[in-house]
Amino acid sequence: MIEKACRKILDKYYLEKGSVISILQDVQEAYGYIPEDTVFWFSEKLNIPASNFFGVATFYAQFYLKPRGKNIITACCGTACHVKGAEPMINRIRADLAIAEGEDTTYDSQFTLEKIACVGACSIAPVLIINKKIHGNMSPEKASRALKDFEKNK
Amino acid sequence: MAEKKKTESKTKGKPKKANARIPKDLTVRVCVGTGGLAAGSQEVIDEFYSELKSHGLPPCIEKKCVNKTGCRGFCAKDVLVDVISDGDLSTYQFIKPDMVSRIINEHIIGGNPVTEWLVGPDYHTFHDKQTKILLKQCGQIDPEDIDAYTGIGGYEGARKALSLTPFEVIEEVKASGLRGRGGAGFLTGLKWELCSMAKGTPRYIICNADEGDPGAFMDRSVIEGNPHSVLEGMIIGGYAIGSNHGYIYIRAEYPLAIERLEIAISQATERGLLGKNIFKTGFDFDIKIKQGAGAFICGEETALIASIEGKRGMPRSKPPFPVNKGLWGKPTVINNVETLSNLPSIITNGAKWYSSIGTEKSKGTKVFALTGKIKNSGLIEVPMGISVKEIIYDIGGGMERNRKFKAVQTGGPSGGCIPASHIDMPVDYESLISIGSMMGSGGMVVMDDATCMVDMSKFFLSFTQHESCGKCVPCRIGTKRMLEILTRITEGKGREGDIELLLEIGADIKLSSLCGLGQSAPNPVLSTIKFFRDEYEAHIKDGVCPASVCKALRRYVVNAEVCKMCGKCFRVCPSGAIKWEPKKKAEIDKSKCVKCGACFEACPFNSIM
Repeated sequence: MIEKACRKILDKYYLEKGSVISILQDVQEAYGYIPEDTVFWFSEKLNIPASNFFGVATFYAQFYLKPRGKNIITACCGTACHVKGAEPMINRIRADLAIAEGEDTTYDSQFTLEKIACVGACSIAPVLIINKKIHGNMSPEKASRALKDFEKNK
Repeated sequence: MAEKKKTESKTKGKPKKANARIPKDLTVRVCVGTGGLAAGSQEVIDEFYSELKSHGLPPCIEKKCVNKTGCRGFCAKDVLVDVISDGDLSTYQFIKPDMVSRIINEHIIGGNPVTEWLVGPDYHTFHDKQTKILLKQCGQIDPEDIDAYTGIGGYEGARKALSLTPFEVIEEVKASGLRGRGGAGFLTGLKWELCSMAKGTPRYIICNADEGDPGAFMDRSVIEGNPHSVLEGMIIGGYAIGSNHGYIYIRAEYPLAIERLEIAISQATERGLLGKNIFKTGFDFDIKIKQGAGAFICGEETALIASIEGKRGMPRSKPPFPVNKGLWGKPTVINNVETLSNLPSIITNGAKWYSSIGTEKSKGTKVFALTGKIKNSGLIEVPMGISVKEIIYDIGGGMERNRKFKAVQTGGPSGGCIPASHIDMPVDYESLISIGSMMGSGGMVVMDDATCMVDMSKFFLSFTQHESCGKCVPCRIGTKRMLEILTRITEGKGREGDIELLLEIGADIKLSSLCGLGQSAPNPVLSTIKFFRDEYEAHIKDGVCPASVCKALRRYVVNAEVCKMCGKCFRVCPSGAIKWEPKKKAEIDKSKCVKCGACFEACPFNSIM
């Protein structure tokens, strides 16, 4: 099971040096997160210590070692979004989805809310991204509505 | 809503037949940058295609075409649409798909532009004060079509450069006075010269597109709008330093930019502009894209190199500098996106032309991402040395809601702010550093009197604290302690002497950190203390946040003159602190209030302050 997807990735990077990040990116693309077994599998095949993989995976914000929700909501927390009220917007979404304190995924694993530093769309701040679709000029109400529309159209 | 209705009623009648008047030469340009796409420009393009088709106007024959273009800077007014009908240009703003059919009927076929949807005078003042070199082509050409770029003289700079010797190219770039646009402002020509003299092969050239500053999006827009100019700049740079391999390190948060770069690279390779024996000069050059994985520190040169090598992105101490020992230990030049895309026009038009723009020590133009509480937010390109005032009031159109200008933050989390008292200051590398800020990569966030400066510096510090790689102690622990102090101040628990303590720790971190991130992390705090010390003191001594941003220091009161007795605040209050009965004005019981702000947000008349 693991083998097939991973072998494809291995073939792609077998001869390239410094490919740890690219491998992890492809693994995450395939599984949605980085399963522990895959790391050990690659470590053995490439003769790179597993600690290297884990070191890289925990360093970069992009990698997840735990499965994430089915739908990803990304809230931008850049300067422009902060000044224009990203914080109240995020609080509203957390309340709407009933995400527990200290968590970022809902109980039913339907939604994961993540914050990122800047999506670079500052002129339409605050920005909310629901499954890669960008919503600009948000407010707590608009964000809540966008989320409801999304659930309806799902 | 009213406008929408009008559209429907006017277009309900049968569309005029195509034979009424078909323009001979028609181009429709729609902005498809990230800002444009978020506003729905793809739907607008689709609508143009299908509407033009239904009118018997073939959408893409010869010059009758609907073009995609990159960002033209004025994202606040998206979706922007240019209609060029027989040479006459009209630009529309805020276009929605249902508005397309009226534009086609009245303008393209009828010959009369729909005046009420045209851009206002602010669109022109926004553009008139700018000097566009880099952004000239963004918004004019289709970024996914190499012919559009070569059609306006693209790759001529590379052709000219390859006909010179590498030494001549370096001399030309040195004479132009071009300085690195990534922030520090090192002379590009000098960097190349150092690398070309370094021992060791192969050499590498890296394009740094890891635009991590929150509040900056210049590099993204340049790549999305004109990816070939970056490739051309890299070819010129690679030739000058004697490198055959280029890398573009780009953050994964920019999927559209990555996609356009991939298209551009494959098109350039097909044309022989990349690969073996370019322009039959015997020069080989290829470019690879490396995606970042979400770490701000990877914008730092040595951390970026570590990341390309597949390691944790941690910086190392310099020297040796990357020009001597860079990627895989070989001589490496790292240039920012904006620096590289300046090169084609420098080589084509000559160093003299370029150095005639700007100030004595800062040459050329700089692209800024103008955002925050300003009317016209967007991407601007101005000559070095322009005053802050001109940027904000002439190009930016003044403050949003005409509030009072307080400060503008430049340089992101590494920079500082320019307060209202310095509004006539020229914008160039030296002036910005002299007041404790820096050019940075070019984010400009405008703040008004409703922005709390303590909260702002806390925001930046929590960003740098979070992004600190943890290798050196001053940055890892110092920023943590500073953040604790700032948090305490914003929570109303500030102590006497906290300001002095912040100044002391800040100075120490600046002196002793390993890399640029730590050395500049305290800047936002130091700069706001310098210019807005009274705000810090108000938080600590009076327990008041003058901008009423810090929650714990807010005091909510009902303005009885404005209160319309609707009772909305009463219904949302979670702690029963609001006293209200029908037809009576609301009152807040301070002893019960938990300062959650729910009433403030619920009040439709802004009577709660």
